[in-house]
Amino acid sequence: MILNAIFFYLFAGICVASALMVVTSKNPVHSVLFLILAFVNAAGLFVLLGAEFLAMILIVVYVGAVAVLFLFVVMMLDVDFAELRQGFLNYLPVGALIGAVLLTELLIVVGAWAIGPWVSHAITSPIPAASAINNTQALGLLLYTRYVYYFQAAGMILLVAMIGAIVMTLQHKPGAKRQSISAQVARNRTSAIDIVKVKAGQGLS
Amino acid sequence: MSIGLGHYLSVGAILFTLGIFGIFLNRKNVIVILMSIELILLAVNVNLVAFSSFLGDIVGQVYALIILTVAAAESAIGLAILVAYYRNRGSIAVEDINLMKG
Repeated sequence: MILNAIFFYLFAGICVASALMVVTSKNPVHSVLFLILAFVNAAGLFVLLGAEFLAMILIVVYVGAVAVLFLFVVMMLDVDFAELRQGFLNYLPVGALIGAVLLTELLIVVGAWAIGPWVSHAITSPIPAASAINNTQALGLLLYTRYVYYFQAAGMILLVAMIGAIVMTLQHKPGAKRQSISAQVARNRTSAIDIVKVKAGQGLS
Repeated sequence: MSIGLGHYLSVGAILFTLGIFGIFLNRKNVIVILMSIELILLAVNVNLVAFSSFLGDIVGQVYALIILTVAAAESAIGLAILVAYYRNRGSIAVEDINLMKG
């Protein structure tokens, strides 16, 4: 139990600190790296909560794909990031004020909360005992049966996002040389070979 | 010293607030704004998984999975828009993005 608390404070502390560094860091590359650290520690929190599958998905999807995509874009765009930080300090007071108000409200809500007595009756699919089946199996048994339409909708969202991203970033350069398979296949002997009679002593022009 | 639901909800609240704070702070930098949105969605996921774990209902984890999908699609589309915009205008400053203002 004490180990649980130690790891909770470790993961939560590093997660919050690196989230703070994400928004205040001068260099966007450092922001992306701190975002990766925040996600890894959030995955640690998920493991503590018994959601191992989501923790691993968080690492694979976020650290493996999304954060690398961010890093790629930050490094590919040649932007003067110092110029984008102009007025950073002007926005600091109003941002800090709104953040403080929001955090106070949220923490008041968290401090005053209580679970209603009817909630335990409203649970639709209780988490099975960890000794019976593991978290991934339990999630799959639910996701592929009762929530299969949500699963397919998620797949459709990813498909649309993929097509959209490709359409927006693909560009055809007019001068680029491309392979035209139909033109290659349509060649025959008459169009491919040209027999020229070369006169002696003159050569080809 | 036992860690309850309130501890996880506090972490979620702090992460959410930091995401909002980041949007205010980096008002000119679209990339950091996108990262702040990722932080906000992460806070939502922490909340959902914490409730799922402490109430003993696994449906919260299904919703967290779907939020993860939407967040990944959102960042991919956002970064694609950013790359296409940079290619056209040579800048990603937020105050330059006013072509449709009329």
